[in-house]
Amino acid sequence: MPETSLSALAAQLAARQISSRELAQAYLDRIAALNPAINAFITVDAEKTLLEAAAADALIAAGQAGPLTGVPIAHKDIFCTDGWLTTCGSKMLHNFVAPYDAHVIRRFKAAGMPSLGKTNMDEFAMGSSNETSYFGAVKNPWNPAYVPGGSSGGAAACVAARMAPAATGTDTGGSIRQPAALCGITGLKPTYGLVSRFGMIAFASSLDQAGPMAPSAEDCALLLNVMTGFDPNDSTSLAREKEDYTRDLDKPLAGLRVGLPREFFAEGLNSEVAAAVQAAVAELKKLGATPVDISLANSRLAIPVYYVLAPAEASSNLSRFDGVRYGYRAPEYGNLDDMYSKTRAQGFGAEVKRRILIGAYVLSHGYYDAYYLQAQKIRRLIADDFSEAFKVCDVILGPTAPGTAFKLGEKSGDPVEMYLNDLYTIPANLAGLPGMSLPCGFDAQGLPIGLQLVGNYFSEAKMLNVAHQYQRATDWHARAPEGLK
Amino acid sequence: MKWETVIGLEVHTQLATRSKIFSGSSTAFGAAPNTQASAVDIALPGVLPVLNRGAVECAIKFGLAIGATLNRVNVFDRKSYFYPDLPKGYQISQLAKPIVEGGALNIVVGDTERTIRLTRAHMEEDAGKSLHEDFHGMTGIDLNRAGTPLLEIVSEPEMRSSAEAVAYARALHTLVTWIGICDGNMQEGSFRVDANVSVRPVGQVELGTRREIKNLNSFRFLQQAIDYEVRWQIETLEDGGRIEQATVLFDPDRGETRMMRSKEEAHDYRYFPDPDLLPVKLDEDWIEAVRATLPELPVAMQARFQQDYGVSAYDAAVLTGSRALADYFETAAQACSQGKLAANWVMGELSAALNKAELDIASSPVSAAQLGTLIARIQDGTLSGKLAKQVFEGLWEGAGEVDAIIEARGLKQMSDAGELEKIVDAVLAANPKSVEEFRAGKDKAFNALVGQVMKASRGKANPAQVNELLKARLQ
Repeated sequence: MPETSLSALAAQLAARQISSRELAQAYLDRIAALNPAINAFITVDAEKTLLEAAAADALIAAGQAGPLTGVPIAHKDIFCTDGWLTTCGSKMLHNFVAPYDAHVIRRFKAAGMPSLGKTNMDEFAMGSSNETSYFGAVKNPWNPAYVPGGSSGGAAACVAARMAPAATGTDTGGSIRQPAALCGITGLKPTYGLVSRFGMIAFASSLDQAGPMAPSAEDCALLLNVMTGFDPNDSTSLAREKEDYTRDLDKPLAGLRVGLPREFFAEGLNSEVAAAVQAAVAELKKLGATPVDISLANSRLAIPVYYVLAPAEASSNLSRFDGVRYGYRAPEYGNLDDMYSKTRAQGFGAEVKRRILIGAYVLSHGYYDAYYLQAQKIRRLIADDFSEAFKVCDVILGPTAPGTAFKLGEKSGDPVEMYLNDLYTIPANLAGLPGMSLPCGFDAQGLPIGLQLVGNYFSEAKMLNVAHQYQRATDWHARAPEGLK
Repeated sequence: MKWETVIGLEVHTQLATRSKIFSGSSTAFGAAPNTQASAVDIALPGVLPVLNRGAVECAIKFGLAIGATLNRVNVFDRKSYFYPDLPKGYQISQLAKPIVEGGALNIVVGDTERTIRLTRAHMEEDAGKSLHEDFHGMTGIDLNRAGTPLLEIVSEPEMRSSAEAVAYARALHTLVTWIGICDGNMQEGSFRVDANVSVRPVGQVELGTRREIKNLNSFRFLQQAIDYEVRWQIETLEDGGRIEQATVLFDPDRGETRMMRSKEEAHDYRYFPDPDLLPVKLDEDWIEAVRATLPELPVAMQARFQQDYGVSAYDAAVLTGSRALADYFETAAQACSQGKLAANWVMGELSAALNKAELDIASSPVSAAQLGTLIARIQDGTLSGKLAKQVFEGLWEGAGEVDAIIEARGLKQMSDAGELEKIVDAVLAANPKSVEEFRAGKDKAFNALVGQVMKASRGKANPAQVNELLKARLQ
């Protein structure tokens, strides 16, 4: 599999050097070869993929191709996909074939991009290691003893292993950025409301946001052009003029003010990660950027706030999985209450149940004010910190995760230790800000290190500009795991 | 001990929008099960609600009609509980910030007019239906109704008898149908009443413990259920018992209320603002645009009827019992320029005939224009009241227009004085006994003579003229 960017693949397709079917088949072959070891995909359906690829070829032949027509993509199994098994990584939906397409899926179909399959994920997107999936853990392509991060672990792993040129992910507290960092790829979580959530199985509605995952920032910009846009089916979707996210990629960085939150370089950060991120700052300085010391004082409260609000919304969002209309139902039960409790006890995994319990607790009578309301107030303070910061800088830079990939099973027994992995990513979700992760080095064990950019609202083009300029000066993003070639 | 009854009502009105409150499915009643349940209504994974603007406008209309405060920013909340006909496991409703707060409604019981204040009205979605029959020990779920828009209208606990509660419910029913936000069909569940009932010793300030009677779907059941519940509560207290807060159901067959769930069994609904829906902001332009679509309201119309047509306050209240009735009256009154007569005919002859035939005003066989013409013929002397009733019968049977019926059936009042004089003379000659009695001072005898003349004229004589002639002859 050659190292090919989306724009290069699109150019080859346009020049008829390769057909979409051939390209899809090449990726399907690679999936067949590598996926048994990596477990990045829950569902692969070559027949469907090739049909879609043939349709893309027809578009190209008819001269109706768009910028990415014919380029295949893998979709996180959180997006409802008409006629495809859509499990959300859960036993609860192990048999659920979606009867409709999510808005994101519709956009990629309309762009003529065939689906390579549905990628593995933490159950209902709850997890930072992809170990909570009912369909088994995903292995990190850089070292299969290590986790790929989560919850979009399958998406990150399949891109890192070049089983797909790109993938969709979703990010509620870091679920695009953290696995992107741990797998050495680029991933972007847009401003809340930029990408429709319709058809994306809800975890925490006020935080969930879909975004692209691919080797480079340029790829992500092209994918973002496809994904974004107003959707009347999502009341939180923003009605904005269509943007071209590639428009600023080539702008020089002279005069760019990069905010370095001192809280993100403090205790808890792995020294190799700190060094790699500092090296990236130095690189950006060479490109004309100026570092600015900033403070995000309330971000230390981000994890406790997140673990009140996200479970609260999740406990409600997951109430529909009751065994009545679709999905898993316990095979044996007595009365109605028994059917509910057995179905949910058997259909949900431990982490999901933990969060439903937390959520139901913080919303219950007598606790709501102390937890939910209080958390909402702190959420506002965290967002205010960012607003202050953006008065003195154009983009915020720091580590994506406190460390590199950890071993399978290493943290799965300690939820709080696991939650700390999202220390740096959660604040952007709480504030609704765009954030992205891009590769900036490797640790001594050869595991990738990610750096995070957080921009102001709707500054995706600016972030992509910074990332692209960095990626032109470095080659971290272009590296792929050796062992898999 | 003397007891005072305290009643507050919660009324669920189904809003008359074509599509559901958060999806595009139809709200039409009576379709085959689950044929009007979309992906959103059955809560498939990933679907999202989108608010129906029409439902909000219904709520705005209601708020304006009762003089309430419209919250310029109002919020949808999730109310969580598990039930098979509640697909999402939560109902989207409004808790802390309902769209309508305050307002009042006037009711009349007997001769007394009272003002009942409202607490609030909020938008929410209806659940589906669980069908327990016909499934051999299983339960069928029909989600056609799931997501139908409701406005839950909550009164203050200000009613003091079942009669007041019924008067309030009727006034509310009139209003919501009047302003067109609800079809008012109680059999189909478009207007469902929950009654919170408590009793307390007369003079006591604190409220007694209430029990809530759920889902009353007729005014008669509302009255019966409250009467039973009040008796039961008083008996329980007088026997030394205590009232526990509870939700009860009314069994119309037995005429009793029975326990559904106690306070201990009450759900913790875990309300929180729905993150899928933005707060609903009402701006002045929108409110004014909705206000412009409101029809003249019953209270204003009552005042105008008294002013323009000279009818009594009571008649004005009866005539504005529904918009169709009020429109009918006004059309008839304008056609004949006789407001009082029109009111009498509409509330008398017409209402009696409609009641007998079990028809409502909208399907009256006699049109308002026809009734107006009929009254005009009484006024111009063509018809006596008695003849007019015969013409009305003809109209009811569909025998044609007023003048055609008069002509065809020969119902014109006698206007030839010579002819009438002959009849009078003949009657006097044939009834010497009555003449004698009258002269002896018995007034009744005069009436008997009038009757005889009317009979001889086959009802066509003008009674006033008969009186005059008879008096002249007998003096």
